[in-house]
Amino acid sequence: MLKDFFFLGLNNLKRRKVRSWLTMIGIFIGIAAVVGLISLGQGLQDYINEQFEILGGDKIIIEPKNIGPPGSATSKNLILTSKDLEVVRDVKGVSKAEGIIMKSGVVTLKDEINVVFTLGMDEGYFELFENLGNFEVIEGKELTDNDKYKVVVGYNHAHGDIWDKPAQLRDTITVEDVDFKVIGIRGKIGNPFDDNAISIPKETLKEILNIEDEESQIIVKTEKGFDPETVAKDIERRLRASRNEKEDQETFDVTTSEQLLETFQNIFMVVQGVLVGIAAISLLVGGIGIMNTMYTSVLERTKEIGTMKAIGAKNSHILTLFLIESGLLGLMGGIIGVILGISLAKAAEYVAGIYIGSPLLHASLNPLIIIGALAFSFIIGTLSGVLPAMQAARLRPADALRYE
Amino acid sequence: MVKNNEIIKLRKVCKYYYLGGEAIKAVDNINLIIHKGDFVAIVGPSGSGKSTMMNLVGALDLPTEGDVFLDNINIKLLNESELALLRRKKIGFVFQTFNLIPTLTAVENVMLPMIFNGVDSEERKERAEILLKNMGLEHRLNHLPNELSGGERQRVSIARALANDPEVILADEPTGNLDSKRKQEIAEMFEELSKRGKTIILVTHDLEVAKHAKKKYQLKDGRIVK
Repeated sequence: MLKDFFFLGLNNLKRRKVRSWLTMIGIFIGIAAVVGLISLGQGLQDYINEQFEILGGDKIIIEPKNIGPPGSATSKNLILTSKDLEVVRDVKGVSKAEGIIMKSGVVTLKDEINVVFTLGMDEGYFELFENLGNFEVIEGKELTDNDKYKVVVGYNHAHGDIWDKPAQLRDTITVEDVDFKVIGIRGKIGNPFDDNAISIPKETLKEILNIEDEESQIIVKTEKGFDPETVAKDIERRLRASRNEKEDQETFDVTTSEQLLETFQNIFMVVQGVLVGIAAISLLVGGIGIMNTMYTSVLERTKEIGTMKAIGAKNSHILTLFLIESGLLGLMGGIIGVILGISLAKAAEYVAGIYIGSPLLHASLNPLIIIGALAFSFIIGTLSGVLPAMQAARLRPADALRYE
Repeated sequence: MVKNNEIIKLRKVCKYYYLGGEAIKAVDNINLIIHKGDFVAIVGPSGSGKSTMMNLVGALDLPTEGDVFLDNINIKLLNESELALLRRKKIGFVFQTFNLIPTLTAVENVMLPMIFNGVDSEERKERAEILLKNMGLEHRLNHLPNELSGGERQRVSIARALANDPEVILADEPTGNLDSKRKQEIAEMFEELSKRGKTIILVTHDLEVAKHAKKKYQLKDGRIVK
């Protein structure tokens, strides 16, 4: 019996093709937005988790406090020094601590000029990570402390569009008028910062930029059995003492990788919540659209309803018939919406891939989201149909048949 | 319950409509008994209360006063679902404007009452095809109503009325929208159904058509005058 009702409902929707389509637009825009945003959001979350897996949960990151736009902080106090690094290394629970210098600089390759980030690092830096992931060199070899004018370039230098003629092993790259030989190329990490950067030995970077004593970032590996958060508190206390700073007025930040992840996730949840909320409003409007269509349909088909009652349809039959019809409107809107949403997310991923070269926007297709969206759209359709369907079911057959 | 062959009984039936605070007596104190197998015509000019009476006899409406018995069941005592069930089992409706569902083919239209009656799909398809063949519409099974002529549409609607094999066929101006040749055809069809034992109630203002009936009642201002 239900199968027959689905057939009848579908038949009626086909009868008013244009109106059915217009009504479905209301739903599928909303569903497309929700599905698109959630799958992109899911992709972003996957990406963040992946990046943090490389970093590892046992890390503590110490950076100068960011006041104002990056690069504008010139106060001497706002940098970290090798003295700070020594203080950190001395804290109980710190297994290893290494500093890294990050500077943007003018770089030349085969007469082409670019400004890229240059990372100055020691051999020890790599020992912080059990798993370098794609930071690993995929062509050539990694820097050692014995190298002086050697450079390892990020993935985009060799395979991206930074240079017209991509960098190759044994090419010469000039950084601030000093020549460096390319000895390695890193794998694709996926964020433009790392993929566009180049790495040279820390001492060499200090020398060519005339840096006396500075660390842009100190990364700490916590000893096994110690809680990174407790260790971070100790580090903060010790640094405060050695730098002569008062509590809450520190010029540095100590963050555990877990906290960093949480911060990202919280921001991310809020943004996604807002976006999905907006999409939900459009679904509500879509639902009202279905209700409107169904009311019109009840009015138009009053006589038909009377006829069906005369030939033996119960009120519940009429109710079911109209509910199925509005449910189908919702469901079909949902199907189109899901397809559209996935396509949009995939398109966003593709475009982002071309222009940013980044998998930050990656559409993650979770079957649960798809099934959920379809079920949700069917429910919206059905709920929107409840009032019109009740009105149809309650029509008195004699009145309905007389209706012109 | 008394076992008799009264299929329809109207006892002191009145139906009022209220228009602008004024009661209009569409049906005024009618007493009528129709037996199983009767072929009855109810004639009268428009506004005489024919359609109202038809609605009462067909359990589509309830009387304001008096009682309507359908196969000895007082319809006043039934709820809406029970009324629907009663209509489905006992009565087949034929309307002046055919009232076919425009999106359904001839055979699907005939199947519709059987869907409501819970007949399984194979059986109802077979039965709908037989009914339409008996109406001479075997070449029109899968046509939509708007692809059929008026006479063909009315034959589909008669087939639909017969779908659940009811005892009574209730036809409200079934020839009102047809030319004289088709009129004759449809009227003969009712005669044929009557011969096969169906109780036929024909509401019409067309005396030509009413002639085919065995009994005639004339309605005027809501009362039976003859």
